[in-house]
Amino acid sequence: MGKTFAEKVLGKAAGEPVSAGQVVIVEPHFCMSHDNAAPIWGTFEKIGVKKVWKPDHLVFILDHAIPAPTDKHAENHMKIRQVVKEQGIRYFYDVTSKGGVCHQIMCEEGFALPGLIVVGSDSHTCTYGAFGTFSTGIGRSEMAATWATGQIWFRVPESMKITVTGKFKKGVSAKDLILKIAGDIKADGADYMSIEFHGPAIEEMSLSERMTLCNMGIEVGAKNAVCPPDQKVLDFIKPIAKTDQWEAIWADDDAVYAKELHYDLGDLVPAVAKPHTVDNYAPIDEVKGTPIHQAFLGSCTNARIEDLRLAAGILKGKEVAVRTIVLPASWTVYRQALEEGLIEVFLDAGCVIVNPGCGPCMGNHEGILAPGETCISTANRNFKGRMGNKDSFIYLASPMTVAASALKGEISDPREVL
Amino acid sequence: MEKKILRGRAWVFGDDVDTDLIYHNKYLAETDPKKMPQYSFEYYPGKENFAKEVKEGDFIVAGTNFGCGSSREHAVYCLKYAGIPVVLAESFSRIYYRNAINNGYPVLFVNGLSQAIKDGKIKDGDELEVDLEKGEIKDITNGNSFHGDAVADLEMDIMKAGGLIEYLKEKAAGK
Repeated sequence: MGKTFAEKVLGKAAGEPVSAGQVVIVEPHFCMSHDNAAPIWGTFEKIGVKKVWKPDHLVFILDHAIPAPTDKHAENHMKIRQVVKEQGIRYFYDVTSKGGVCHQIMCEEGFALPGLIVVGSDSHTCTYGAFGTFSTGIGRSEMAATWATGQIWFRVPESMKITVTGKFKKGVSAKDLILKIAGDIKADGADYMSIEFHGPAIEEMSLSERMTLCNMGIEVGAKNAVCPPDQKVLDFIKPIAKTDQWEAIWADDDAVYAKELHYDLGDLVPAVAKPHTVDNYAPIDEVKGTPIHQAFLGSCTNARIEDLRLAAGILKGKEVAVRTIVLPASWTVYRQALEEGLIEVFLDAGCVIVNPGCGPCMGNHEGILAPGETCISTANRNFKGRMGNKDSFIYLASPMTVAASALKGEISDPREVL
Repeated sequence: MEKKILRGRAWVFGDDVDTDLIYHNKYLAETDPKKMPQYSFEYYPGKENFAKEVKEGDFIVAGTNFGCGSSREHAVYCLKYAGIPVVLAESFSRIYYRNAINNGYPVLFVNGLSQAIKDGKIKDGDELEVDLEKGEIKDITNGNSFHGDAVADLEMDIMKAGGLIEYLKEKAAGK
């Protein structure tokens, strides 16, 4: 009987064959923390250990509230800089033009590698599955414990196999697929599970699109989500890999799955998740014409160069009807968008460009909504109050749908402007 | 964990109660767990006064997928330090469950709770009796009873130690 991806990776790390349901204790390769490295350090100190287990395996990336919007945030950042110095943390991305949204940096900078176990004190750590990484979000206490011991326990998850075939029609993209999946299986549809994406359509997708899919694995409750480490992944990671410890691992053909689903991309249409849950799916026809007050093109889900190109393609030579915030996922993406003339397109269209970070997506700063306002967003969560006001409304959509909606000031079908 | 039967009032919530609703993003910079209860459920419709009105010993009662969303532990601390002895839900999101265990905070998976809430079989303000060891819940107000699942061994060890950090300290001390 074959093994799933999760069984193989966790089995390798545990040093013995394992099956779903077993509890294993393993050593993760990289441990990522963002601004919450500060409180994690506080917990770490309580354990009574003086040094972190391996300072070269910790990655700190400031992104949640940068540059610091309040003195409290500034204090946390200061604490982190102290810890980096005292502990000799090798990988630290401060508030500089080398940084960006933590998950984007982890992938751009060669930390997300096939077959590695990577944990992060952020729920969207599952994004790295796009590179064949077993990556999952953990809490702060658990991260502190991992810094101290280099060990973490996992229950080997059951797996869900999602096979994807066909081709996207015009105006449809990976975001529309994952919103449809969330709508179908619901917010707890993959609770505790490992989601594996299979099929020719996944292999045809760019790494950026795969990141969009894996990023939202947590929105259906998954422990991790993963795509095959194919040639596209290997070509990308080889020149940038931060370690040579990786290994391309994939599920056996005869692996056993708790659930199997199939999607044909040709069946999909542009779609949204309506307020206030990610699984509140609606095809664009149902919500077209809904007035909006803000459009947001950003987040770890959809703010890579590929996403900005799609949006710019729609906005070029036109003007937005509502305030539109563009947030490239990293300064590398920002720079490339500058070089390609996309930033100029956004500025000409009347958009506001903000620095890479998490600000607007989680209502920290840079784009909080007023009571009664509606935002269409490329992010991954539309929970009530997510963007800072409990009486506001968030629709999640693809970069193309967000751009088309920004132009009209109401939720719009991108197929009509392409 | 105490053995005695707990008694308190129910605060009843629906399915998919997300971490933003339990503890909003805007207070994430707070690092003192004891200051977190004042922000609990600030954005939850109909529960805006929860933080002011909750009493030590009250219970959280919810449907499926409680604590979905973010990995923030604030969503555990804000209930733990409000004196809520246990969260009763039909199911929990993976990260919330781990965060609870790792902080020595009991959560109980209770069969059929989601439908019971929808059917009005357990309501806000009902007086509950909870036997944590046996996983039994009795609604004294209307006589309905519910049954929860026992926690697995490793999790129970961590919880009994008072959380992951305490558990590691005990292990290091060779207990």
